[in-house]
Amino acid sequence: MASATPAVRTGRLTGTRASRRTWTDRIMRSVAALAAVACVVPLAAVLIFVTINGLAALNLDLLTRPSRAQGIGGGAEAAILGTIQMVALATLIAIPFGVLAGVYVNEFSSRRSARGVRFAADVLVGVPSILIGVFVFTFLVLPFKQYNAFAGSVALAVIMIPVIMRTTEEILKLVPGTLREASLALGIPAWRTVLSVVIRTGLPGILTGIMLAVARAAGETAPLLFTALGSRLVNVGDFSRPMDALPLFIYTNARQPYELQNQQAWGAAFLLLLFVLTVNVLVRARTAGRRAQ
Amino acid sequence: MTHLTLTARSNRGAGRFADRLFRGSSRLAASVLVALLILIAVLLYLNSRLTWQTFGLAFITGDTWDPVAGIYGAFPFIVGTVLAAGIAVIIAAPIGIFTAIYLSELAPGRLARPLTFMIELLAAIPSVVIGLWGVFILAPFLRGTVEAWIVSVFGWIPFLGGPAYGIGLFSAGIILTIMILPTIVTISREVIGAVPTSQREAMVALGATRWEVIRRAVVPFARSGIIGAVILGLGRALGETMAVTMVIGNKDAIPSTLFDQTQTIASKIATSFSEAQVGIQTSSLIALGLVLLVMTVIMNVIARLLVWRVAGPVAGE
Repeated sequence: MASATPAVRTGRLTGTRASRRTWTDRIMRSVAALAAVACVVPLAAVLIFVTINGLAALNLDLLTRPSRAQGIGGGAEAAILGTIQMVALATLIAIPFGVLAGVYVNEFSSRRSARGVRFAADVLVGVPSILIGVFVFTFLVLPFKQYNAFAGSVALAVIMIPVIMRTTEEILKLVPGTLREASLALGIPAWRTVLSVVIRTGLPGILTGIMLAVARAAGETAPLLFTALGSRLVNVGDFSRPMDALPLFIYTNARQPYELQNQQAWGAAFLLLLFVLTVNVLVRARTAGRRAQ
Repeated sequence: MTHLTLTARSNRGAGRFADRLFRGSSRLAASVLVALLILIAVLLYLNSRLTWQTFGLAFITGDTWDPVAGIYGAFPFIVGTVLAAGIAVIIAAPIGIFTAIYLSELAPGRLARPLTFMIELLAAIPSVVIGLWGVFILAPFLRGTVEAWIVSVFGWIPFLGGPAYGIGLFSAGIILTIMILPTIVTISREVIGAVPTSQREAMVALGATRWEVIRRAVVPFARSGIIGAVILGLGRALGETMAVTMVIGNKDAIPSTLFDQTQTIASKIATSFSEAQVGIQTSSLIALGLVLLVMTVIMNVIARLLVWRVAGPVAGE
């Protein structure tokens, strides 16, 4: 693009073009930065309001008393105990399935079936959690004509399984193949190699995945609506009856027309958020550290 | 896939048995996972057969939901679901994509890391907590500001007229925007991260500005994956339940304005299921669920295939 055109003219032309390009560059970069800020604003807003309203509603009654009829107070004891029990049982159900499926995909399967299982897990994660609730309702509530906490636990387990499977598999992928070879070379059978070498090496990572799944299950409401149903009574240990959970407690109390009930919803939301975010912060801080190394 | 697939077998009988047992049970666990997906579809279909037999495909196009008259049609809820999710995607897609670009291409590491972390935290907040915040804080705020402004400036356009209640379709769309942003950002970021550095270097060597590198080298390379991320967000928006149920107003009707109270499939199931009479009413609600399942699974399959094409099986979410 040289010779015939006078040098000065070319220079001026490219000059305006260059400045337009720099301006576009600057503007688009600021737009991108603004977008990132816009993503963080809702997080801050939720955290601030839940903390302020939640702390105001938090007292010993909320933690230690069962809830009572509309408008006269009580607490979230039934909900707290219910969440602990149902999530615990769900975790016990989900761990063997999730971890073993992860082991299968990474250690035993052909590449094709590994892709299939992984794909199924990803799609299962995308199934709306309320449909998991309806699904479990059809075979654990409908035949017995009784809402029950066991159905709630199974629904939560269905949500946890693909999460645990995917994290397990990701972690086992990082276990060096030489460890497996060394173990097999010593004549240790495959099952023992997987249990005592592969899983043992990946254990911290697997536990991390399980903790994230627990935090997710503890916050789920929709799968419990038609399974555990919720209850005002404290239920310890009877999984054949309805049981309350913190998310259900928040949902029902938020819908009440009474100020006191709404405040209790905020208090319970603060407790739930505190638990979920603590787990997430601890776990992600650890994994971020590991990734950086 | 650098690992060694275990093929060595033990010679001793007991060892071989244990091996087989362990292999078998891990295969069983994996097939349970796949079976669950099929079982969900099958059980939802079997338990909604009554509805499909009674109404056939007219169930999907029917616009009346009247338990007293025994007439069930899913159309208003399908419209509500699509509208709420549509609003969310229209707002969340540009913000999410720009954020992903900022985090992976522009932001210095000491800024990108905490920002990514915070966006992941947003994804971890339980839906019911977002809903509580939506009912008591966001909806009243929107009613007084954004909604009032839209009504006063664009109110003459039929779909944008008042009255604006705060609780309604628009608030549900905004809540969903917040909830799908992390999905779009996280997946887009992974996909953009998978773009080879050589692509960028070539553009830089030609004298391109950073934006031109992004616009002409990075985004085109990652395009199908970014579209996948947006569809994944759409899938999540279609099925999101609690927060939407709490702010959408729960009125069984096709909305006539942007601010009207309406109902999505998920919110209809959430509010009506436990009081429904077992029989045609429960069956119709489960049929609604099946419609939603088909919608979300299609979205998820398309999205995952697009994302996998660019970045391989990323952990995601």
